Amino acid sequence: MAGSTPLDPSSLAAPEDDRRLVEALRAGDERAFTELLERYHSTLVRLAMIYVADRAVAEEVVQETWLGVLQGIDRFEGRASLKTWIVRILLNRARTRRHREARSIPFSAFWNPEGDPGEPAVEPERFLPADHLKWPHHWNEFPDSWSGLEERLVAQETYAYIRQVIEALPPHQREVITLRDIEGWTAGEVCAALGISEGNQRVLLHRARSRVRRALEQYLSEQ
Amino acid sequence: MDEQELTCQELVELVTEYLEGTLSPEDRVRFEAHLATCPGCRIYLEQMRQTIELLGRITEEMIPERAKEELLRAFRTWNLR
Repeated sequence: MAGSTPLDPSSLAAPEDDRRLVEALRAGDERAFTELLERYHSTLVRLAMIYVADRAVAEEVVQETWLGVLQGIDRFEGRASLKTWIVRILLNRARTRRHREARSIPFSAFWNPEGDPGEPAVEPERFLPADHLKWPHHWNEFPDSWSGLEERLVAQETYAYIRQVIEALPPHQREVITLRDIEGWTAGEVCAALGISEGNQRVLLHRARSRVRRALEQYLSEQ
Repeated sequence: MDEQELTCQELVELVTEYLEGTLSPEDRVRFEAHLATCPGCRIYLEQMRQTIELLGRITEEMIPERAKEELLRAFRTWNLR
């Protein structure tokens, strides 16, 4: 997880693997299509559900996306990686669908996280005040370590709880944390697929992870 | 950032940049110097790592057979193009 993720475009795609799949698909090879379905279908459903909460509608959007992939594959130029290209098709459709259905979950597609001071990673009350003589802005009380709670951490209820926390995140944070941490994409891949800067990506990831950690801390302190 | 020591409240906002490896070398040194003396921030960083690890373990779903069959049918139709 740690380590830098350079934005070198050549590192974004696995060009050879992409070329093989694209050529096979164009040639009508069903196995290539099956491979893509197995690789990306569940990712696409997860992403679609950020915009259309109803699972059946999300599945429909993903179906349309796959048809879009087939219809567009002859025009795919390989400037983006195949998975970036597929995710862009999905996000376009899912966002349009949400727009059409005029769901009223409030968020702005034009919100700029870098210009927004946002909420702190940790509640300010957890730190000593600025006028504290010895330790201003240091922990009021240290957080409780989670060691010894491993069993609870990996319990099914904890996973279910984390899913709920993620569902409640603003859409852009949800996109980034889903692709980075759940799907394991690199920063560069996420920037390319979502069309956001490296800085934006990091801010969104920071907010999202901080919120999940905070929610987990609260969850684990109960009981 | 200036040369002063980091506070805990500053550190928690830098955790993602630290983990992403995007802190400047000087800030990385300050970050690690703070960690070395602050058990609270060590616990915090560890919790962040545990959170990320947990996110990576959210079960991977497979494509449902029914959806796969439907899409393969669509593929065969498309293939007649």
